[in-house]
Amino acid sequence: MTAVLKAQGLGRRYRRRWALSDCTLDIPAGQVVGLVGPNGAGKTTLLHLAVGLLQPTAGTIEVLGDRPAASPAQLARVGFVAQDAPTYSGLTVADHLRLGAHLNPGWDAATASDRIERLGLDPRQRAGKLSGGQRAQLALTLALAKKPELLLLDEPVASLDPLARREFLQGLMEAVVDQGLSVVLSSHLVADLERVCDYLIVLVASRVQIAGEVEHLRATHHLLTGPRRDPARLPEDQHVISASHTDRQTTLTVRTEAPIHDPAWVVSPVGLEDLVLAYMSRTAADARRPELEVQR
Amino acid sequence: MIWLTWRQFRAQTVAAAGLLALLAIAFAVTGPQLAHLYDTTVATCHAQHDCQNAINAFQSRDSFLQSLVRLLMLAAPALIGIFWGAPLIAHELEAGTQRLAWVQSVTRFRWLAVKLGLAGLASMAAAGLLSLMVTWWSGPFDRIGAGRMDPSIFSERGIVPVGYAAFAFALGVTAGLLIRRTVPAMAATLAVFAAVVSGFAGKVRFHLIPPLHLTSPLNMSWVTQTGIGGPAGPNSLLVNITPNVPGAWIGSSSVTTAAGSTSLGPPPSGCGENSTYRACTAAIGRLHLRQVLVYQPGSRFWALQWYETAIYLALALALAGFCVWWVRRRVS
Repeated sequence: MTAVLKAQGLGRRYRRRWALSDCTLDIPAGQVVGLVGPNGAGKTTLLHLAVGLLQPTAGTIEVLGDRPAASPAQLARVGFVAQDAPTYSGLTVADHLRLGAHLNPGWDAATASDRIERLGLDPRQRAGKLSGGQRAQLALTLALAKKPELLLLDEPVASLDPLARREFLQGLMEAVVDQGLSVVLSSHLVADLERVCDYLIVLVASRVQIAGEVEHLRATHHLLTGPRRDPARLPEDQHVISASHTDRQTTLTVRTEAPIHDPAWVVSPVGLEDLVLAYMSRTAADARRPELEVQR
Repeated sequence: MIWLTWRQFRAQTVAAAGLLALLAIAFAVTGPQLAHLYDTTVATCHAQHDCQNAINAFQSRDSFLQSLVRLLMLAAPALIGIFWGAPLIAHELEAGTQRLAWVQSVTRFRWLAVKLGLAGLASMAAAGLLSLMVTWWSGPFDRIGAGRMDPSIFSERGIVPVGYAAFAFALGVTAGLLIRRTVPAMAATLAVFAAVVSGFAGKVRFHLIPPLHLTSPLNMSWVTQTGIGGPAGPNSLLVNITPNVPGAWIGSSSVTTAAGSTSLGPPPSGCGENSTYRACTAAIGRLHLRQVLVYQPGSRFWALQWYETAIYLALALALAGFCVWWVRRRVS
């Protein structure tokens, strides 16, 4: 598995506050990767470090085997849509396409104008007058038409209404199939990503809590319900992610590679959203102790 | 990158060019008339022994355009710093569009270098063109009195406006980069620019080249005030002069005794309470006082212009260098 993004002890400090600290991460190529975490987990900082908008305070980061923004060639290989999809409000849609054409040697004018036409955007419209969804689509068009190998999207759908959200992700998936690129998209809501991601990384307080292919995550996590008992007495290969107890009953989210044979438990599958929430809601002390990466 | 810079800077450039064109038309219409009027009245007034009236009449010509020119030359560099310099990066940081610009296949260094270069050159060209037109149009006015060496006129003629514009522009960009908000950056640009320029004009410019010292017998026609209460005490003689050296910038002037002392001693007997002004000046004339002038002659106009321009251009370059360093290292 080759990595499109490799971080080693990566950290970034703003004055006194660490927005990201000691983050070690491998993002595999050829996947649509969801980067999920609560607000303030360091997702935006991580993505900004990955495109070279920020310089690391500690550690190293490599994107496609090179330092981010090291050269025009490196910049050309990575597409990025920042949070809230910034565009020049005074420039028209057509101006944005010309901007892309002038600033990117690998610019694919046909792709860009096709997309704009398909989206029904008026090229003479100023970007400042576009709706949030249209602006996000314009920004995505700019990022796609430079023909990157890796596309990074920071909270691309957070500010969109459900319909625009679906259209945006649909457009993204079509482009991914067409261009065969690797994608990393961040969100604080796993529901946004569930339909499109095939790899998931949960980031809480700068630490990777779990990373793995979505199918594999689903197959190795189980919800156990049974009479009350101490989670510490579970078999060695069953890792408790979250536990809740009533007087007589215990509910556990566990991760295990092996099947569960204990007849005392009622075993049910865990939804992706519950799984992510279980990792996110672990106490701060637990969160500092990263889980081993689940890999195939 | 050149296209994007032009596209973002187009409106300002067109507005400035339009303003310059309007001014050029106004100058083209009135300029030749002014020159002709000067040649026929002020230049020949000595033959008619009526110079003060001729000068007064000439100086009141085109008074609206004259005040407009003063205002424009005073404001132009500051306006360039405020409206071209300060928003150049601050506006991007404020709108977050640097997150779009810096992820295109152009390094941040090139992005800033092209923006700084093009907009900076445009600033200097606009100021240079404006100053060229103003210097030509005001030529006849500047031949009267201290003329273009007058401190307030000096900074509005020749090439120093180019230096001011470059400095104001770089200052605006730097303020925008550090403050990251357009309006506060504009205010900071204006404050710092005004402080630097007025401080420089007041304290530094006169000493760019060591000024000349000239000691000569007191010229009684320059005496503008006589009385009691000079520098030596309440009962000492006071003589103030207003030197009139055509085309020169007088830094300071003082009156001394023949021995070189600034305390002129008690007033001469001709200057008692009941004596006439004429008798008093005649008595002062018999004291053989001397006058000391510290001044920059008009022949140094261009030397002073070059020095000052070079200093402002160097300041602008230093600020631009800082901006490049900051954008590459610090900002996001």
